[in-house]
Amino acid sequence: MAFWVSQSLNALALGGLLFMLASGFSLIFGLMRVANLAHGALFMLGAYLGLATVKAGFGFWTAAAASAVLVGLLGGVIERTLLRRLAGRTLPQVLLTLGLAFIIADACLMAWGGDPMRLPPPPELSGAVRVGDAVFPRYRLFVIGASAAVALGLWLLVERTRAGAMIRAAVDDVGMARAVGVSASTLFTAVFCLGTALAGLGGVIGGPILSVYPSLDQDMLPLALLVVILGGAGSLAGAFVGAYAIGFIYTFGQVLVPDLAYVILFLPMIAVLSVAPQGLFGRRLG
Amino acid sequence: MSARALPFALALVAMALVPLVSTSPFYVNLTSQVAIAAIGALGLNVLVGHAGLNSLGFAVFPGLAAYLVAWLSTVGGFDPVPAGLLALAGTLLVSAGFALVALRTTGLGFVMITMALCQIVWGAAYRWTSVTGGDNGLSGIARPGAGLGLERPEVFLWLCLCVLALALLQLGRFFDSPLGVALRGSRDQPRRMNAVGYDVWRIRFVAWMLAAAWGAAAGLLYAWYHQFVSPHMMAVTASAEVLLMVVAGGAGTLAGPLVGAALVVLLKNLASIWIERWVMLLGFTFVVIVLVVPDGIVPGLGRLKGALKRMRPASGPTISKLVPREGADG
Repeated sequence: MAFWVSQSLNALALGGLLFMLASGFSLIFGLMRVANLAHGALFMLGAYLGLATVKAGFGFWTAAAASAVLVGLLGGVIERTLLRRLAGRTLPQVLLTLGLAFIIADACLMAWGGDPMRLPPPPELSGAVRVGDAVFPRYRLFVIGASAAVALGLWLLVERTRAGAMIRAAVDDVGMARAVGVSASTLFTAVFCLGTALAGLGGVIGGPILSVYPSLDQDMLPLALLVVILGGAGSLAGAFVGAYAIGFIYTFGQVLVPDLAYVILFLPMIAVLSVAPQGLFGRRLG
Repeated sequence: MSARALPFALALVAMALVPLVSTSPFYVNLTSQVAIAAIGALGLNVLVGHAGLNSLGFAVFPGLAAYLVAWLSTVGGFDPVPAGLLALAGTLLVSAGFALVALRTTGLGFVMITMALCQIVWGAAYRWTSVTGGDNGLSGIARPGAGLGLERPEVFLWLCLCVLALALLQLGRFFDSPLGVALRGSRDQPRRMNAVGYDVWRIRFVAWMLAAAWGAAAGLLYAWYHQFVSPHMMAVTASAEVLLMVVAGGAGTLAGPLVGAALVVLLKNLASIWIERWVMLLGFTFVVIVLVVPDGIVPGLGRLKGALKRMRPASGPTISKLVPREGADG
């Protein structure tokens, strides 16, 4: 029993991290039809920047904020200077973001070396609590709560604010949104900044659980892609459901059949794609 | 046909003559690597260039074939040739299963699914240590053809070039065939092709299996060349390298993958002599190619030639053959 409770909590924590990564990816995808393959690398960059900030003597919360801002700014620069030139051209966009992913990953390796490093959780969240007869690290409970808060915040932003209404309008029909006065250009940059900032924040929040190591990006990006494939690209609800589904399947897969944990991820993908090729909550994409 | 085949024949002969010019096995082996990479890139080009399906998980085909032949000929105890044939058949079988999943989508969905599929197989190769050897991989793979001297680098190069010639011949004929034309039709106008009675899914399936077959052939040669396989051959960077070969050379052309393969393999080998950061160089190459020659080198040169021709006083109206293709990107 204790095993199931603690593994379920682990799965929720991983699902929450995946949501932070995949929701940004999915927002960008839905609005701009860009699959930002540098998202995993930006997540890792966020984790490394957070680690560097903590090592420089600042607190964990400062590190989280600094990473989110810096990675978001970098995202904005990428969108403004590079991606914008390739609007509407899928293959060049894929290649560009992939190239940037390699550059960022290799720059991290160059700057911080190849050894895995642990990002310490903030002191007020270290230690463990008892949940029933299971002992559970307090920090993971925080991650579960924080990711739920991010999800709620994003939902409120998209569904309940004026900016959210503009985003939804541009997702449905950019041309028409422009015609009625939405500045799609600003919106694109803002959403790209927001999405990448979420990846950077996710990197810092995930650092104490996942630890920080050079192939973190290559471990996280496929999981985020699976989340988006399952949930449907461009849908927040899809990212939410997909993230926790993958969180559970991957966590229990790793514990129960460690050799084939990756192969098990294949099963939900087949199941969903055979019923709904566009994902559970997605629209059909050309 | 013969006029178009001439440059390819010349290139293949030039590559075959490398062992006579250079006594150092380094250049012979480098040429083998170019040939093997070109076979794989030709396979991916069927998907990217002619089907309009951008796969970011191509390394799964050579990876499966290489792992299967490695496992069959070391643990399984098969002779190299039957092991190779079984590996080819096994790869095609698994690829057909993957097609059922991947071909449910197109565009960016296809990019993500092929990448995820490749990562899943990579994960199996990496984690399922009892069968695949994990990160250490499988080594001691015997080369086929005892008595033919395939353990000598130059003979192995000639084998690779024979397979490459076969790939060029087969794919050149396929692209000119009605089915090849239908494939490009399904790339540019899938709904219209459907409306006039073509089964777009089946046409794409043929393209997928063709890519898988040549990918598997490249994987077999890779396994026999290195006599060692490891999960790295299925990493994201590996798939990305093949995609770079196709795009840098020129997707949709027959010569493009060859040029791209030579470029990437030479760049990788020469770069490793001077600098350590291949991954970063690979990244920068992507960015530069995308921003400078997005169509690739071969169409770029073609356009340059066209532009030079137009600069001369024309005797009559000339129609540029290089009208940009609509929808080629996605």
